[in-house]
Formats: sequence, C-alpha cells, structure tokens
Amino acid sequence: MNRLAYRKLVNTIMLTLTGVCTILTVSVLFIVLGYLVVNGATSIDWAFLTQLPKPTGEVGGGMANAIVGSALMVGLAALIGLPVGFLGGIYLAEFSGKTYGFVVRYMADLLNGVPSIVIGIFAWTVIVVPMHSFSALAGGFALSLMLIPITMRSTEQFLLGVPNSLREGALALGAPKWKVIATVAVPAAMRGILTGMILGVARVAGESAPLLFTALNNEFWPSGLNQPTAALPVMIYKHAMAPFADYHRQAWAAGLVLLAMVLITNLAARFIASRGIAVQKG
Amino acid sequence: MASLRGADGVAHLVALIFASSVLLVTVCLVWELWINSAPSRAKFGLSFLVTQDWDPSNGQFGALPFIYGTVLTSVIALIISVPLGVGAAIFLAELAPRRLSESCTFLIELLAAVPSVIYGLIAIFTLVPLMRQYVEPFLKHTLGFIPLFSGPAFGGGYLTAGVILAIMTFPFIISISREALLEVPRDQREAALALGATQWESTIQVVVPFARLGIFGSIFLGLARALGETMAVTMVIGNDASLHASLFAPGYTIASVIANEFAEASDDLHLSALIEVGLVLFLITIVINALARVLVVATAGRGTGRAS
Repeated sequence: MNRLAYRKLVNTIMLTLTGVCTILTVSVLFIVLGYLVVNGATSIDWAFLTQLPKPTGEVGGGMANAIVGSALMVGLAALIGLPVGFLGGIYLAEFSGKTYGFVVRYMADLLNGVPSIVIGIFAWTVIVVPMHSFSALAGGFALSLMLIPITMRSTEQFLLGVPNSLREGALALGAPKWKVIATVAVPAAMRGILTGMILGVARVAGESAPLLFTALNNEFWPSGLNQPTAALPVMIYKHAMAPFADYHRQAWAAGLVLLAMVLITNLAARFIASRGIAVQKG
Repeated sequence: MASLRGADGVAHLVALIFASSVLLVTVCLVWELWINSAPSRAKFGLSFLVTQDWDPSNGQFGALPFIYGTVLTSVIALIISVPLGVGAAIFLAELAPRRLSESCTFLIELLAAVPSVIYGLIAIFTLVPLMRQYVEPFLKHTLGFIPLFSGPAFGGGYLTAGVILAIMTFPFIISISREALLEVPRDQREAALALGATQWESTIQVVVPFARLGIFGSIFLGLARALGETMAVTMVIGNDASLHASLFAPGYTIASVIANEFAEASDDLHLSALIEVGLVLFLITIVINALARVLVVATAGRGTGRAS
C-alpha cells in the first residue's frame, strides 16, 4: 500500500473512532434515563409519595418524609446561599478592585472545588458539635455553602455580560451607582442570574454526601430544624445498600423522582437562558 | 451629593461583606479541619500517611489504604475517560455540524447534572453484576498473568469504582476540551490542510497541540472531581480498609471511609483520624483544582478566530 493510501486510511479510521467515542458518551445518558424510567416507573406508587417508611423488612410505605425533608433543607440552603451569592456576585462584577476581586474570585472557585464530603465535615464541626444533635439546620447550612460560590460566580458572569453603555447612560442621567446597579444592570442580567440560581439549587438538591452526618436520617416527619431529618438522596443511598428487595424498589422510585426533578429544572433553566438576556439592542 | 455618595458607600460595603463570606468560610474550613485533626496528627505524625493499619477498636489509624484507593480509582477513571472524552471532543469540535455538535454537548452536559447517588444506584444493580460475570472474568482470562488482573472477581471493587468515575468525569473533559478546540484559530487548520495534511493529521498535529493547555485543564478538573467523589464510589467499591494488588478486590477511598464511618465514630481519636483524611483530601483537590484553573485560564484568549 502506498504512503498516501495509508494516510487516508488512518484518517478515516481515526475520525470514525472519534465519532464512536461521541456515540458511546451520549448513549450513557440514554442508558441512565432508560434504567431509571423502566425500574422507577414500575416501582413508584401513590404510597411512595404520601407515606412514611415502614419498619425495616416490611413491604410498602414510602418516602414522603424524605421529600419534605429535602424540600426543607434545600429551601434553607436557598434562603442562605442565594442572597449571599447574589450580593457577592454584584460585588465582583460592579465594585471589586483588581487585588481583592481576584482573592474573592479565587476563594469562590476553591470553595466550589472542595469535595462535598469535606463541606459536610465542616458543617458538622460548626453546627452539629455545638448543638449536640444532627439537624436539618446543619444539613441546610452545608448545602448553602455549596450554593454560595456557584451563585456568586454565575451572577458575576451575567452582570459582566451587560454592556457598559447601559450603565454609562444611567450614570450620565445622574443616577447614583447603587441605583444604576439595582435598576439597570441587575434587571438586564436577571434572566441569566435566575438561570444560574436554578441550576445551583438543582445541583445541591441532588447532594447526599454533605447530609450523611449533618442531617443524618429520620424515619418520621421532620419535626423541627434542630432534629435529624431525612433527605431523598440519602434515602436512595440507604435503601440501595440495604438487603431488602422492597427497599431496592423504593430506591429506584426515589431515583426516578430525583432525576426527574433535576432534569426538569435543568431543561427549564436552559429554556429561560436560551430566550436571551433581556437587553434591547439598538 | 454627600448623601448619594454615602448610599453608594453603603451598597459597596454590603456587597463587600457578602463577597467576603467565601473568604471567611474557606479560612474557617481549613482552621476547623486543622484543629479537629489535632489528636490524630499529634499521635501518628506523618506516619499516618504511610501506614496501613486502620483499626478503630484498637485506636490504630493509618490512611494509606484510602489514599491508595483514591488515587488508584481516579487513575483508572482517567485511563478510560481521557481517550473517550478527548475523542468525542475532537468529533464535536472538528467534524460534527454545528447543530449536531450543540445538541450532543447539551446531552453530555446533562450527564454532569445527574446526582452522584443515582450513578451509584445504577452501578450497584447493573454495573456490578456485569463486571462480575463478564468483564472481570474476561480480563482475568486474557491478562491474568499481571497481578492487577488476578484474584477473585467480586464485582464491586477498584475497577468498578474507576469505571463509574470515568462516566462521571467525561462530561467535564468533553465540554471544556471542546471549548478549547473551538478556540483554535481557523488559519491553523487551513495552513496544515494547505500543506497537504489529511484532516486527522491537521487535527492531531496542529489543532490538538494548540489547545493542549485547555485539554489538560479539563483533565485536571475531571481528576479533581473524581478524587472527591463520594456516593457513587462508596456504593460500589466494597469498603475494605486494606491494600490489594488486584483491581478486582474491594477497597476504600478517602471520601467513602468518611461517608461510612463518620456518623458512627464515637471516640475522639477515630473522629480526628477521619477529619485528618478529610484534610488530606482537601489539600489534594485544592492543588489539582488550582492547576486546572491555571491551565484553563492560560489557554483562553490565545486564539482569535473560531472554527465554523
């Protein structure tokens, strides 16, 4: 075989292989979805969504308390994490100087890269130990620490996308800087900022590692922020590892509920984002 | 005017305080990990990192099996996900029509949003039996003369954990590598093609080297995620705190030993040993993340044009 034919052959083979790589990687998503839908749909029932877990080994019952517990802790995380991240993002985009802005940005990225289980240890040392109890508060706090850097960086990014001419126009009309930010920059970037917030909340809602020893788990309805509380991802873990078929069935059902929640929020966020930043041009 | 400037000053201050929260949290986090691991650091010193006795009932703690497991599973993950991820990124950036490329990238990025406990759930009930019945016996049959591929096939173990980690890391590698490849100026490709290179030669000899920093950055980001990944690994690695040469054997990672033992640990030494392995994990991921960011930043802005 001559040299040129050989090179063309290599070309065809390698380019085909890259296509195969793509097909393999994309198909993983469909495998994940397929397994969850098939196993989850046959497992989910009304009791799963409305009842408490049955004692170990008994068939039936549900995870209603974990759904409520997850909502409680994710709500708490959003309550703390979103405002802090949002205002921090405003600082980075609108006020920060070179040096301190760099430090804050760097720390936010660093915090974002900290393994979630280590965040759990931190929440345990500062909340569980002083309170002498595992609690929804500690779980929500741990999740909020993950939400802050995500929100901060995405808010900053979308504010930086707002054209400076808009700010200058408002400043030229005599508006003070805070008013320019509140009435011009933030509204112009609102769609993007909201998208970032939704994606951030969806991400922490699926976290289980930071909840394992902060919120622990609970067989009953959440009864207060200072009590151990069940969460859906933690329940999936516990049930999947337990040696009972009915627990496995419920883990699949919970997996389907969790994945549907995450995928729907992701699609919704992308839909909002794809409609563009609400800045009128021209 | 003074009051207006005052209002701006207040706004600046409020935003500054909230922005500083990340600084405060990071500093407190390092501090808490450091002081809470004091009993273990005082008792074992640096030998903590290189001894392999992990025996909570006798107060003996050495972190080597976990560090070994963490590094080994992450290396297996990269061996699988780097060729697959970079290959897919090349296809998406260089070959695929734009709409196909964007929809595939969207689907792959959705994979990154799937919670890790769900990967664990699927891995326990599908990947583990698959590995035990088919993949591991096959590897043992063909490569069994290497110690890595010997020993009984349990299903759950280092190899299975590595495979699930590979699936969790390639969305990062593909998404960031693709961006880096798209940043390569069009003239670079055209120059190579004009010299008579085939498309593959142009890609592998010109475009990929040009984007190498971004690609390495994406690999390091994937690595940082793999090192700190907890749930999926804990569910399939088998949880055995000793060293094994075989990839089929059950093991442990830093994150999974914390996940399994932390809530049940009762005495202070055990807790502080777990917090110390947490500190080790924290330091490793910080270094890897910092490297990744330097690489990704260094590569951004080098290109001027975009490939169509």
